[in-house]
Amino acid sequence: MKSTKNKLGETILAYLVLIILSFLCLFFFYILIVNATRSHADLQKGFSWLPGNYFLENLKSVANDGSFPMFKGIINSLIVSSCSAALCTYFSALTAYGLYAYQFKLKKVAFTFIMAILVMPTQVTAMGFLRLMTNIGLYDSLLPLILPSVASPAVFYFMYSYLESSLPLSLVEAARIDGSGEFMTFNRIVLPIMKPAVAVQAIFTFVGSWNNYFVPALIIQSKDKMTVPILIATLRGADYMNFDMGKIYMMITVAIVPIIIVYLLLSKYIIAGITLGGVKE
Amino acid sequence: MKKRVVSLLMATAISASLLTACGGSGSGTANATGETGGDAAAAGGTEGAVVNIYSWNDEFRTRLEAVYPEVESTSDDGTVTKLKDGVEIHWIINPNQDGVYQQKLDEALLNQATAADDDKVDIFLSETDYVFKYTDADADVAMPLTDLGIDPDTDLADQYPFTRTTASDQNGVQRGSTWQCCPGLLVYRRDIAKDVFGTDDPAAVGEKVKDWDTLKATAAELKAKGYYTFASYADTFRLYGNSISEPWVTAGETTVKVDPQIMNWIKDSKEWLDAGYFDKTVKGQWNDDWNKSMSSSSKVFAFLLPAWGIDFTLNPNWDGETGAWGVTNPPQEYNWGGSYIHAATGTDNPQHVKDIILALTANKDNLIKISRDYLDFTNTVSGMQEAATDASFASDFLGGQNAYEYFAPVAENIQIAPLSSYDQGCVELIQNAFSDYFQGNVDYDRAKANFETAIKERYPDITEIQWAE
Amino acid sequence: MNKKKQHHLSYAKWGYIFILPFFLAFFIFSLIPLVDTVRYSFYEYYRSGIKEIGPTFIGLENYAELLKSDMVAYAGNTLILWVIGFIPQIVIALLLANWFTDVRLKIRGKQFFKIIIYLPNLIMASAFAMLFFALFSTNGPINSILMSIGLTDTPIDFMGTTFGTRSLIGLMNFLMWFGNTTIMLMAAIMGISPDIFEAAELDGCGSFRRFFSITLPLIRPILAYTLITSIIGGLQMFDVPQILTNGQGNPDRTSMTLIMFLNSHLKSRNYGMAGALSVYLFIVSGILCFFVYRMTNGGDDSAAKPRKHAKGGKKA
Repeated sequence: MKSTKNKLGETILAYLVLIILSFLCLFFFYILIVNATRSHADLQKGFSWLPGNYFLENLKSVANDGSFPMFKGIINSLIVSSCSAALCTYFSALTAYGLYAYQFKLKKVAFTFIMAILVMPTQVTAMGFLRLMTNIGLYDSLLPLILPSVASPAVFYFMYSYLESSLPLSLVEAARIDGSGEFMTFNRIVLPIMKPAVAVQAIFTFVGSWNNYFVPALIIQSKDKMTVPILIATLRGADYMNFDMGKIYMMITVAIVPIIIVYLLLSKYIIAGITLGGVKE
Repeated sequence: MKKRVVSLLMATAISASLLTACGGSGSGTANATGETGGDAAAAGGTEGAVVNIYSWNDEFRTRLEAVYPEVESTSDDGTVTKLKDGVEIHWIINPNQDGVYQQKLDEALLNQATAADDDKVDIFLSETDYVFKYTDADADVAMPLTDLGIDPDTDLADQYPFTRTTASDQNGVQRGSTWQCCPGLLVYRRDIAKDVFGTDDPAAVGEKVKDWDTLKATAAELKAKGYYTFASYADTFRLYGNSISEPWVTAGETTVKVDPQIMNWIKDSKEWLDAGYFDKTVKGQWNDDWNKSMSSSSKVFAFLLPAWGIDFTLNPNWDGETGAWGVTNPPQEYNWGGSYIHAATGTDNPQHVKDIILALTANKDNLIKISRDYLDFTNTVSGMQEAATDASFASDFLGGQNAYEYFAPVAENIQIAPLSSYDQGCVELIQNAFSDYFQGNVDYDRAKANFETAIKERYPDITEIQWAE
Repeated sequence: MNKKKQHHLSYAKWGYIFILPFFLAFFIFSLIPLVDTVRYSFYEYYRSGIKEIGPTFIGLENYAELLKSDMVAYAGNTLILWVIGFIPQIVIALLLANWFTDVRLKIRGKQFFKIIIYLPNLIMASAFAMLFFALFSTNGPINSILMSIGLTDTPIDFMGTTFGTRSLIGLMNFLMWFGNTTIMLMAAIMGISPDIFEAAELDGCGSFRRFFSITLPLIRPILAYTLITSIIGGLQMFDVPQILTNGQGNPDRTSMTLIMFLNSHLKSRNYGMAGALSVYLFIVSGILCFFVYRMTNGGDDSAAKPRKHAKGGKKA
C-alpha cells in the first residue's frame, strides 16, 4: 500500500518537474521561431509573444542571398559534422577497446597520457594550430575541422567507462575461439554492444561540431567553404543597411533544423535501449 | 617557374615606377600573365590580374558597383567582380565580430612581401576607430596617396578637410580616402519639443541646445515635464571624444593619457544620470533598451546621430507617425563613423587602385549618386552644399526637413581628434569601465582601476595610464 | 591450431594498432600546436598595432606577471559560475535519468520528454545568449511580465548586478547542459543489468534506497566522466558570459571567466601571456581532474585493473 502511494507521489512530482523543464526548453524555441517570423523593424521595437507575418520574407531573403550562401553552408556543416561524428566515435571506441581489452607494455602510460590531455582547453592550442595548418597547406580547407576529431580524449573516456561497465571480456574470448579476427570482433561484436554510447557521443559530437565557431573562424576563408556559425557571424557583422535581425533569427532557425533531424534519428537508438538484457550474456 | 620570374620582374617594375605606375617593361610582362588588357585602366601599367579587396561587409562593393564605370558584372555570391578589362576584383570579406576582420587583414598584410602577386592585398578598408593603426607611418602598410599618383591637394580638394586629416599619418601624409563623411546632428521628437518649449521649429530648438551649458538648463526643463534629454551616457560620448586635444597615446610612447574632455564626460554623465536627464534603464547603445527608447512610448527627447543613424537606426525603431522627428545643430560638432579606403603597400595593381579611389572618393557626380542611392552623407563639400539647398533631398521622416541643411555646416566645422592606433580599445573600454560607476555598482577609483586593467590587457605594450585632473 | 598459436603470440600488437590513429591525430593536431603554446609562454611576443614585438626570451616573467594580475579572482568567478550551473544540472539530471529508466514509474509521454530536454543544447551558445540578453533586458519581456503580475513595481536590472548576471549565466548553463547530462546518465543506467533491479525489487528495496545503493554506485564511472567533462566545460566557459557581458564580465569584472581572460590576450595577440595562462589552466584542470578521478574511483586505479570493475559490475 505504502509503496503504491509513494509511487503516486513520485509520479506527480515527476510530471511537475518534467512539465516545468519542458516548458523552459520549448520556450526558447518558441521565442526563436516567433522572432524568425518578424521583420527587422518589428524586432527593433521590442519583444512580442505573437508571431509576425514575415516568415516567408525572411526565409526568402535567407535563401536568395547569394552573398550568404546559407544552403551551401548547411551542406558544409553537414559534411564537417557528420564526418567528425563518425570519425570521432569510431576511433574513440577503437582506442577505448584497444586499451580495455588488450594487455601491453605501454597500456598504462597511454591511458594516463590520454587522461592528462583530456583536460586541455581547446582554445589553448588555437594559435599554434592555425600556424601549423597554414604551413602544411590546409588553411581554408574543411579537413582541419574534421581530422582532429579522431583524437577526442573526452569521448574516448566515455567509451572506456562504458566498456568497463558493459563489455565482459569473456565475450571477446568467446569470439576468438569462434575464429573471429580482432578487427572483426571489434566491428561485429563490440561496436554493436556500444551502440547506445556511440549514438550518444555521435549526437554530442555532431552538435558540438555543428555549433563550433572558434576554429572554423580561424581556418575558413572562402565563402563556399564557410560553415553555418561563420555565416551567421558574418551576417551579424553586416553593415547597418543590411543588418537584419529577422534574417539572423531565420538563419539560426534554419541552421537548427538539420541537427534536430539528426538528433531525432539518433535519439531512437538511445531511447530504444538496445543493450537492455540480451547482449550482456 | 615562369610565373615566378614574371612576378619578380613586375615587382621590380612597380618599385621602379611607383610614381608613374607606367613601367617601360610593362607591355611584355602584362601579356605574359595572360592579361587581356586593352582598356584604359590597364593600358599603361604592369598590372596583376586580380585586385584583392579586404572588407568587413559589402557596403563598399555596392558603392563600387554603383559608380565605378569599369565594372562589368559581379558573381552571384558577391565574391568576384569582373572589370571590363578582364581584371577581377576578389572580395575578401570577414566579419568584424570578435575582431576577425582585423586579425585576418593583419595576417595578410604581414605576409604581403612574400605573397604571390595575385594573393597580395591591393585595397583594404578601415573605420575611424582604428584607421590610425593602418595609416601609421612606422607600420607603412597603407601607401601614401602621392605614391599612387594622386595629389590630395588638387584631386581631393573638394573633400572635407577632417576626413583627409583622419586618413593621414603622424607626418601629415595622406594614406587613405573616404567616400563617406559622418557629421552628426541632434535629432529630436517634435511632439516633446512642442510640449516643453511650445515650438518644434529647428532654429528655436537649436537655440535651446546650442552648447553644453544651455543644454543643461534645457535638460532641467525637460526633466520637469517628465522627459529624458538623451537615452544614455553613451550617446554623448562621441561629442566629448571627438574634441580631445591630444591623442590617447602619443606616437612612440606607451602611456595612455585620459584627456580632460573625457574626464568631463565622466563628470557630466554621472551628474546627468543622477539628475535624471538620462534614462537609467538604458545602458549603452545597440541593445534592446536603446532601440526601445526610440519608440513612441519612450520619454527620450533627442538622439545624437549621423545620417546613417537617422535612416537605419532611428527610422526602423520609430513606430509613430512619419514626420515626428526634426533635426537641428548638436551642442558640439562631431563625427560618427566612416569607412576609409587604403591602397596596400606592395599592391601589384596600383593603377586600378588609383582609379577606384578616385572614382569613389573624388568624383562629385559619383558621390552625389551615392548620396541619393544609399543615403550616405558623402565626401564632397560643394556637392553637399548644393544638396543642402536642393529640395529633393528633403526627408519625409523628418517632416519634410532637409537634413543636409544642418549636416553640411557641421561637417565643415568638425575638428577631428588627434588619432592613435589605440583608439578603438580606449574608446570602447573607458565607456565599459565607467558604465559600472554611473550605474552605482562601483566607486570612481574602482572604475579607474578596471579601465587600467582592461586597457593593459588589450594593449600589452601600455605601461602607464595618466588621468587628467 | 593456427588460432591457438595466434593466441599465444599475444594480442599486444593489436592494442598498439587500435590506439595508433588516436595518437597520430593527437600528435599532429594538438601536440605540435601545444608545444608552440608552451614555448611562447617564455617569450615576450605580441602585436602592437600591426607590428610584431618579439619574440624575446624572458623566462618566467609572463607567469609572474599573471600571478600579480586578477587571474585568481577570475578563477574564483569561473568556479562560482560553474557551481551555480552544475549543482542544479547534476541533481535534475540524476533525478530525470532515474525516472526515465525506472520501469515501474508509469510516465506518459516519456519519449516526448526525453527528446525535449536535450533541445536547448542544439542552439548555438551565442544565439542562446543573444536571446537571453533580449529577454532579460531592463525593458524586456521578462520584466514586463513580472510587472504585469505585480511581482515588482520597477523593472529589475538583471544584468546590472553581480548576483543577477551570475544567476543568468548559471541558468543558461543549466538549461543548455542538463539534457546532455541526463542522456549520458540514462545510457549508463541502461547499461546496468535489469536483473539487478529485479533482485532489488524482490528484496523490497524502495526507489530511494535503490537509487542510492544500486544505481549510483554502478554508474560511478560515467558519473565521474560527467563531473570531469563538466569541470573542463566549466573551465572553458566562454560564449555565454562573453556575449551576456560584452566581453568584460560586467559588472565590475565579476563574471569574467578564465577563458574570457585568455581570449582578451588572444585578441591582443599576446602569444606570450596567452601561452602562460594556458599553461596555468592546464595545470589547474589537471589537478582538479586528478582529484575527481581519484575520488570517484575510491582510490582504486581502474586503468590498471579494468577487468575487475567490469566483472564486479556483472556479478553484483
